[in-house]
Amino acid sequence: MFSYCADPSTLEGLTWLSCYLTIGKQISFYLSFFTVLALLAITAPTALAFGFGGAMLARSRIGPLAVLGKGYIAIVRGVPDIAFFLFFVIALDQAFEYLRHKVKCPDWEEPIRQGNDFIVCQAAKLPLGNAPQWVHETYGFFLAVLTFAIVFGAFAANVLYGAMRAVPKAQLETAEAYGMSQRQTFWRILVPQMWVYALPGLSNLWMVLIKATPLLFLLGVEDIVYWARELGGTKSPRFTDYPHGDWRMWYFLVLLVFYLAFTKVSEVVLDRIMKRLTHGQATAGGEAQRKAAA
Amino acid sequence: MSCLEVIADYSLRSIGIGERLLPRSDFTICQQVVLIGSGMLWNIYFGVLALFGGFFLATAVALGKASQIWWVRKFSEWFIFLFRGSPLFIQFFFAYFLFLNLKGAIPILAPFTAAWLGALVVLFLNTAAYSGEIFYGALLSIPKGDLEAADAYGFSGFLRFRKITWPTMLRLAWPAYTNEAIFLFHATTLVFFSGFPAFQQKGDALYYAKYFADKTFNPFVPYPILAGYFILLTLIVIGFFGLVNRRLNRHLPQDSRRKLRIRPNLIR
Repeated sequence: MFSYCADPSTLEGLTWLSCYLTIGKQISFYLSFFTVLALLAITAPTALAFGFGGAMLARSRIGPLAVLGKGYIAIVRGVPDIAFFLFFVIALDQAFEYLRHKVKCPDWEEPIRQGNDFIVCQAAKLPLGNAPQWVHETYGFFLAVLTFAIVFGAFAANVLYGAMRAVPKAQLETAEAYGMSQRQTFWRILVPQMWVYALPGLSNLWMVLIKATPLLFLLGVEDIVYWARELGGTKSPRFTDYPHGDWRMWYFLVLLVFYLAFTKVSEVVLDRIMKRLTHGQATAGGEAQRKAAA
Repeated sequence: MSCLEVIADYSLRSIGIGERLLPRSDFTICQQVVLIGSGMLWNIYFGVLALFGGFFLATAVALGKASQIWWVRKFSEWFIFLFRGSPLFIQFFFAYFLFLNLKGAIPILAPFTAAWLGALVVLFLNTAAYSGEIFYGALLSIPKGDLEAADAYGFSGFLRFRKITWPTMLRLAWPAYTNEAIFLFHATTLVFFSGFPAFQQKGDALYYAKYFADKTFNPFVPYPILAGYFILLTLIVIGFFGLVNRRLNRHLPQDSRRKLRIRPNLIR
């Protein structure tokens, strides 16, 4: 990076550190923070969409659909989420390959599960065996996003389901009295009003989602935990120009501080949004704001 | 090999009693059920001890956060923020490497690098912080009238705390605390995925479930077994906490008792 970094063995103190902190692998470590942020940015709306779908299913008048929606919410919430993360990544991968296998190799004779192996034809492999490295990484990331969205979708579904039921009945009855159809009542009356009730639950969920991001590591994505373990480990002078002892503790301290700061910032921002949304609402929060101003 | 033999060999495998080698091929359902069940012993161990210890520290932290003395209050606030604001997964990693470094300096601390003690300490502090926040909330919502009545009857100091404040706080906090207990049991599955090594393959339920899933490349058997065990454990926790809840509320008229509302499972 810097010109004086040419021979690291002669450096000392801060100059050594400034060179060490700008080597290629360190840059990968910094970039992996963006992986986490990207995951959050993609997962949050996806999970919200899953949640919305789940809540709509759970409210459905058609029996089987309602059971499906409620089952989705109940099962995902009842089991340790980490088990779901480990389960879905393999299960989704196999499901995709199985479907592609059925489509692409219809005349394949042998069973797909042979003892301990899961075998599909070459053309159905995901990603294809000859695909470049970045495709493999993107596919892994995509699976992780989908897994997060399924798990957090269930939580979001629960929150939204509760919020939909919290909208005063009189509002819906009034809408029907004005001759609105079921669909119109739902989209024009219920959905716009439910967000105030959903926001505390959703902001809680956001906090939880932030704290779940280190689990990316378990899904095989090269995230901050991966790099912290990789870079922190003892480096001997034989393999690197920048030897050091076991620094994993310090790397994880950095991660700890990163998460604490991120949580704090989110808390402040969400508080602001809540204040804005409750302003003028006929709820306890809105009433308190009115009294404070008066 | 019949299922009874498997039970004899593997039911206590997770604590090192029985067959040393894990099954390597031709996995039967019985083996998976027994071995994953054996791993549940660790989940129960971590959960029960952390909850028990955490309960007392949580009371102290809640009182600290409500304290008039500023440094006690600040300390409790920071303790709660530190453990609630960061992922448990990272806390485990950090604690493990911290203990590893400490071991180099002070050899007597060596047991802390093993999961049975090191992870237990982290879980204990973590649940104390989460429950402390719950108890603090309950402490603030104790009806003013109750405390005034206690004053009028001449209760003061520790006696008032023990007879009035504390039971009421627990009663108000209990439904949320039940959820916290359920999360904690779920959180125990993180231990062996976060630095703490499973010595001689003595791991928890998820460790064995992952072992089978990796070996068979078939997630559809071990993870549902694990899920079944956890649903069972959750039901037991709910049952036990329900009994305590009934006792805490026994002086109230039937219709004003607080029902337990179970909202399990959020990652920490």
